[in-house]
Amino acid sequence: MEQIDFSLVDWSRAQFALTAMYHWLFVPLTLGLSFILAIMESLYVKTGDEKWKEITKFWMGIFGVNFAIGVATGIILEFEFGTNWSNYSWFVGDIFGAPLAIEGIMAFFLESTFVAIMFFGWKKVSKKVHLLSTWMVFVGSNLSALWILVANAWMQNPTGMRFNPDSVRNEMLSFWDVLLSPTALNKFFHTVTSAYTLSALMVLGISSWYLLKNREQILAMRSIKLVAIFGAIAMIITVITGDGSAKEVAKHQPMKFAAMEGLYKGQQNAPLVAIGLFGKPNPATPNKEEFLFHIEIPNMLSYLAFMDANAFIPGIQDLVHGNHEKGILSYTERAERGKMAIDALAAYQLAKKTGKIEEAATQLKILENNFEHFGYGYYFGRNVHELVPSVKISFYSFHLMVILGGHFLLLFIVFWYLEKKKKLEGKKWLFHTAIWTMPLAYVASEAGWVVAEVGRQPWVIQDLLPSIAAVSQIDAFSVQITFFLFFTVFTALLIAEIKIMLSKVKTGSQVIENKQETLK
Amino acid sequence: MFENLSLLVLQQYWWIIVSLLGALLVFLLFVQGGQTMLYCLAKDEKERNLLVNSLGRKWELTFTTLVTFGGAFFASFPLFYSTSFGGAYWVWIAILFAFVLQAVSYEYRNKKGNWLGQKTYETFLFINGLLGTLLLGAAVSTFFTGSMFSVEKMNITRLSGEMPIISSWETPFHGLEAVWTLEKLAFLQNLSLGLAVFFLSRLLANLYFMNNIESQTIFERSRKILGINSALFLVFFLFWLIRLLFIDGFAVNPQTKEIFMQNNKYLHNFLEMPIVLILFLLGVVSVLWGIFISYIKKSDKGIWFAGVGTVLVVLNLFLLAGFNHTAYYPSTFNLQHSLTIENSSSSHFTLTAMSYVSLFVPIVLAYIWYFWRAMNKTKLSTEELENESHKY
Repeated sequence: MEQIDFSLVDWSRAQFALTAMYHWLFVPLTLGLSFILAIMESLYVKTGDEKWKEITKFWMGIFGVNFAIGVATGIILEFEFGTNWSNYSWFVGDIFGAPLAIEGIMAFFLESTFVAIMFFGWKKVSKKVHLLSTWMVFVGSNLSALWILVANAWMQNPTGMRFNPDSVRNEMLSFWDVLLSPTALNKFFHTVTSAYTLSALMVLGISSWYLLKNREQILAMRSIKLVAIFGAIAMIITVITGDGSAKEVAKHQPMKFAAMEGLYKGQQNAPLVAIGLFGKPNPATPNKEEFLFHIEIPNMLSYLAFMDANAFIPGIQDLVHGNHEKGILSYTERAERGKMAIDALAAYQLAKKTGKIEEAATQLKILENNFEHFGYGYYFGRNVHELVPSVKISFYSFHLMVILGGHFLLLFIVFWYLEKKKKLEGKKWLFHTAIWTMPLAYVASEAGWVVAEVGRQPWVIQDLLPSIAAVSQIDAFSVQITFFLFFTVFTALLIAEIKIMLSKVKTGSQVIENKQETLK
Repeated sequence: MFENLSLLVLQQYWWIIVSLLGALLVFLLFVQGGQTMLYCLAKDEKERNLLVNSLGRKWELTFTTLVTFGGAFFASFPLFYSTSFGGAYWVWIAILFAFVLQAVSYEYRNKKGNWLGQKTYETFLFINGLLGTLLLGAAVSTFFTGSMFSVEKMNITRLSGEMPIISSWETPFHGLEAVWTLEKLAFLQNLSLGLAVFFLSRLLANLYFMNNIESQTIFERSRKILGINSALFLVFFLFWLIRLLFIDGFAVNPQTKEIFMQNNKYLHNFLEMPIVLILFLLGVVSVLWGIFISYIKKSDKGIWFAGVGTVLVVLNLFLLAGFNHTAYYPSTFNLQHSLTIENSSSSHFTLTAMSYVSLFVPIVLAYIWYFWRAMNKTKLSTEELENESHKY
């Protein structure tokens, strides 16, 4: 298979990674801040307190700046499935296209209609209709997250479909299996609650800055009171659904799971690596390193993955070289069987064309028997270690995300406790921590996606379609040009966004300060 | 309900939905058209702010319609998605790029600390208005003139030799050649539809401003420019339409599914589908009526007639391209690789599932209509803008 244009595959991946990561810089704040806005405005409508209205409007201004660039970076992603991954679009378009269309019909129109009322309707519609609109923006944005995450989850754990050898693509068998797969549900709740966490951290950080500067005390205190508890709850659900997601990975993507934990040799009673540092080459896996130093928690990995401390967790070597005792085929065997499936598909089509019905039936049987290895066929005759993702990136980004998650939860709890005890005043160290935690929220959020996407390499569709068979027929140079084009534009827009946001924060709100309502 | 329909009926149903979304998109391109006239319609900053804010409250609807059009096309005709988007790479990337620039420009244009300056964002809006309309128009014209691509599904079984890719574009220009392909003067046809859509979007913007903004000077200037935009639109559109009726079209043999060239195919399609012809003509008349009452009678209701007319015209042009045994995305590289609604669609199951989702479309249209009416009770005025907390 020396025909593969690796430069094209790599640049296509780089462009998708670039645009997806840029998009994800803006989406979480939209998902979470819309929720926070809706709660704040509900408080305004319920209490009639004008200050809540002004607080809502202030955060709405921040929301607007972020929302626009989220929309801008989002359109590329949808069309990129076609422009850069054309084989993919056909091979699984029958399943993958549906969530994208539903996202447009059900979510985007909701979002775009009501966001305009939310921004411009304060004086044009009644209080209640306005409140409804703000809630609808939340529903719309989170619904759109649902559909795109269902689509992503399906790529990680393809279910509810079958391969049709006549149309040469996968076709949907059950819409509900696609929508309600445990991978999809965990992914959705994990992702949106992590977005709520990030948004709460942003509100917390900006409010803390105001407290440090002795400005906007009412806005800051009320916001902190709300998001400390909101963020803590969101973070706890993020942890629970993160655990659920990891269990799904262990079940359906054992290689990703092994890479996340830097586990080369499979074992029963596998320990969980709490922290680790790579540094020495792994003798059995080319270009991969193993730990120089690490701290383990015994049995924990087996327990977390399968709720059984004795459970066997396959390591990278078991998956590459096979473990017949545990019934694991080696990648070389899977590549051979994948090739059988692919060859059988070609032979089936030929037999059908020439009217050889029996031959067609025989080939179909071979295809069906080997279909679960289909994607591995593209690695026949190649170095099967290409099927191992970057262990370092998977491990570090996963652990960074988890450690930061712990920090966020602690921060929310401390804020919540001190606010409750009216002891927030003068806690400069805490305010500084909250300010510095804002960028960390983005680091954790992006790291989560890096685990999900780098860890599953080289699969675009797990076990079915590797990236080398999913790309479009373009020259790598064209993709390079568009990569740098998007890089330049998105970076410029990001700088503009940050500058506008900073200026908005510096300008502050319209909340009239009331001497009675202070820190105490 | 839908599961009992035949695959062909579902394919036709989805072609109508995609066509309707495309038609709504072309109507909503008035936002883009308006963006190209910010300087000729407004003489000072106050007026320009009015124009930008008037358009700014609608831009997302256009944007969302484009995204939904893409998503619906993907879900219902994935082979088109993979072939056209992956093939005509530069055309689609240029269109998307123009829309990326637009999406931030309204929000950032007037904000403190916007880094690039107001003029830059206004230039972005202009680029979006020009490229977005011109390229979309030219791309749709290739539905009738064809493109150089091949589709070979069995390529996916290639484990040696070339890459295992199904759809390939057979020119190195990846779609840009649509504006210089000499064969059968396709470039003239494609360019003229591109320009027709560009001027259509501008004339619709004129009508929209006349309806949406409380300013006599903007009304008058819009009306004046409406005359020029309408004349240019008619020149390019009629040129494109008349040629369309006389060129050879891409027909499908209903028995063998073989694709062949047929004289005056699109004229035949009109005659063999009288409902399409009647609705198309009604659309044309409605657009003309909208222009007439606005230009001559100084009415502010022209946008409604021209809007409905645009939707009817574009919807029926799409039906002309896809129905009556016609290949809607023809390959001039290999006729037999042309895409038809039958050979490029999703499965029966997916089309059925999606058809249930399509029942939401009327609900969506209803709430958009209801809430926009609530928002547009009065025209946008300078006074309102001055008292507005969120403005562009």
